[in-house]
Amino acid sequence: MFKDIFQKKRKYATIPSERAIPGERQEAVERPKREIPEGLMNKCSKCGTIQYSKELEKNLKVCPACGYHMRLNAMERIAMVLDEEGFVEHDADMVSVDPLGFPGYSSKLEQQRLKSGLKEAVITGEGTIEGLPVVVAVMSFDFFTGSMGSVVGEKITRAVEHAIEKKLPLIIFSTSGGARMQESILSLMQMAKTSAALARLDEQGGLYISVITDPTTGGVSASFASLGDIIIAEPGAVFGFAGRIVIEQTIRQKLPDDFQTAEFNLQHGQLDMVVHRKELRATLGKLLDMHSEKGGV
Amino acid sequence: MAGSLPYEAPLIEMRKKIEELVQFGQEKGIDFTEEIARLEERYHRLEEEIYTSITPAQKMHLARHQQRPTALDLIQLIFTDFTELHGDRMFGDDLAVVGGLAKLNGQTVTVLGQQRGKDTKDNIARFFGSAHPEGFRKGLRLMKQADKFGRPIITFVDTKGAYPGNTAEERGQSEAIARNLLEMAKLSVPVIVVVIGEGGSGGALAMAVGNRVLMLEHAIYSAISPNGAASILWKDASKADQAAEAMKITAKDLLEMEVIEEIIPEPRGGAHQDYDTAATAISEALVRHLDEMKGWSAEQLKQDRYEKFRKIGSVTFEAPASAVEPTKEREPAGEVEANSEAESVQVEASEQPLEAEPVKNLSGNAE
Repeated sequence: MFKDIFQKKRKYATIPSERAIPGERQEAVERPKREIPEGLMNKCSKCGTIQYSKELEKNLKVCPACGYHMRLNAMERIAMVLDEEGFVEHDADMVSVDPLGFPGYSSKLEQQRLKSGLKEAVITGEGTIEGLPVVVAVMSFDFFTGSMGSVVGEKITRAVEHAIEKKLPLIIFSTSGGARMQESILSLMQMAKTSAALARLDEQGGLYISVITDPTTGGVSASFASLGDIIIAEPGAVFGFAGRIVIEQTIRQKLPDDFQTAEFNLQHGQLDMVVHRKELRATLGKLLDMHSEKGGV
Repeated sequence: MAGSLPYEAPLIEMRKKIEELVQFGQEKGIDFTEEIARLEERYHRLEEEIYTSITPAQKMHLARHQQRPTALDLIQLIFTDFTELHGDRMFGDDLAVVGGLAKLNGQTVTVLGQQRGKDTKDNIARFFGSAHPEGFRKGLRLMKQADKFGRPIITFVDTKGAYPGNTAEERGQSEAIARNLLEMAKLSVPVIVVVIGEGGSGGALAMAVGNRVLMLEHAIYSAISPNGAASILWKDASKADQAAEAMKITAKDLLEMEVIEEIIPEPRGGAHQDYDTAATAISEALVRHLDEMKGWSAEQLKQDRYEKFRKIGSVTFEAPASAVEPTKEREPAGEVEANSEAESVQVEASEQPLEAEPVKNLSGNAE
């Protein structure tokens, strides 16, 4: 009884913070951290340079000091690349279920929605780039590390099918940690599903441009992200199948710093080009234009 | 019992007792026939009990059993005239993937397998059955060859996953897997996949886009190995058994989720107990499924394969934004409430057939 009174253990009030979400350690480390005062300043997670957020926005979230391309969520990406008017989102209300009854999955989904303000890791729809119509799918690393479960697979597949139906070119902006293991085999099968849809687009002669953004790994890199007629990556974007740590454990060697970066992949023949964010919209516009003679398809 | 598994310990113990009793009887000249018969009966009952209640975690160990028949073991038993073909014509010959021509019931087929090693030396040469890009590309080359000559393709899946190394990455591991997924969807011949051991992740799937996907009774198939899932989810790879239970990796689970078409029964205790019986069961299933697809046109085969994968996945549709608002405002502290909300989503999902929705909308898209 007295022991309880004299207990040394102190009780602290806990303040919920973005970084305190369990199971999100990896992301918390990598995400650009906001310093006080909230929102006004921003610190580059690569070189540590502090700058006004407004300036950074103007610079398309590319660090002016080191050129690091910070991660964008789907809405930011759409605003940056597509024409201002006319984006129509598809399947906006499609959400995940917990098909396997996986421990903790339902509550984790809820957390991810609160944290990111998104319903799932991909937004799909139709819009224009420099006036040229295009079907787009844009992933967000913000939501569940961009992992692919049934919803991501289904939305991407529908986007591909929409491009086939409307005979429109397709652009997918990928970023993902891989398959969503809470949906186990169902998420693995999304790789086959999305790729099979792309096979149909391919046979129809449709254009598919894959844009790799940081990071694109695992089941997404080993399916639709690697199947573009043209594959573009943002500078420094990590693009590969297996994670660096797993590989280092396998080969028992330290890997070079640039391993799996866009530049590394370009050198090894896995990409068509590395394009700075400032040039991305113009590059995509040019490529769409060069394929528009046949009406995109 | 060579290479026994932990859950088989009671059987081994009892077998030992029976043998001791037999020996004791012989030495002392006492007739224990009745006792031995009774023990044998108990042994069989226990065997039945143990082997019919193998847990997912136990299956994981069984699927990885060193003496479990490999792809080459089964190929030799199921087919005749197996003629191995080598190389991807681009980089090398990855021994983690084997393939070639063979005859099944008199019909020429292309057969492919992911090949674990039989011993340490063999395992090193075959990268423990984990393929590099050249392995997947060799597989693809042989599949395209089968397509050209119009012969069915049979693949045996047995891998922990694609090789996770720098050399594999440099040569485009992602592209090699992705390319196989796309190209397999285009094949105009019947493709039958049999998961014979461990179906690990993208490395397994890269050779598993089939019209029919069959699994041996104790094989497992998942997006990530239970060990990998445990180390990511709980930062503890030793919780692999726990992950195996949660991840629904068994043939029975996958049949229920309609990811696979059929479970091929294994001899009691597992395929390693009796290769011939296992091979016969696989052979029977292959012949039957090939027969079913006999006479199908290229278009039919492609359409069938497309639909098989198209319907996999379960999603739901939320009420319009206004109805969702309260959810967004909820404090994260409401853990219990968050769960009950999630449950209601689940119920909503199970009310409608999980696959029906996407398919319906697919045809909606196809206007």
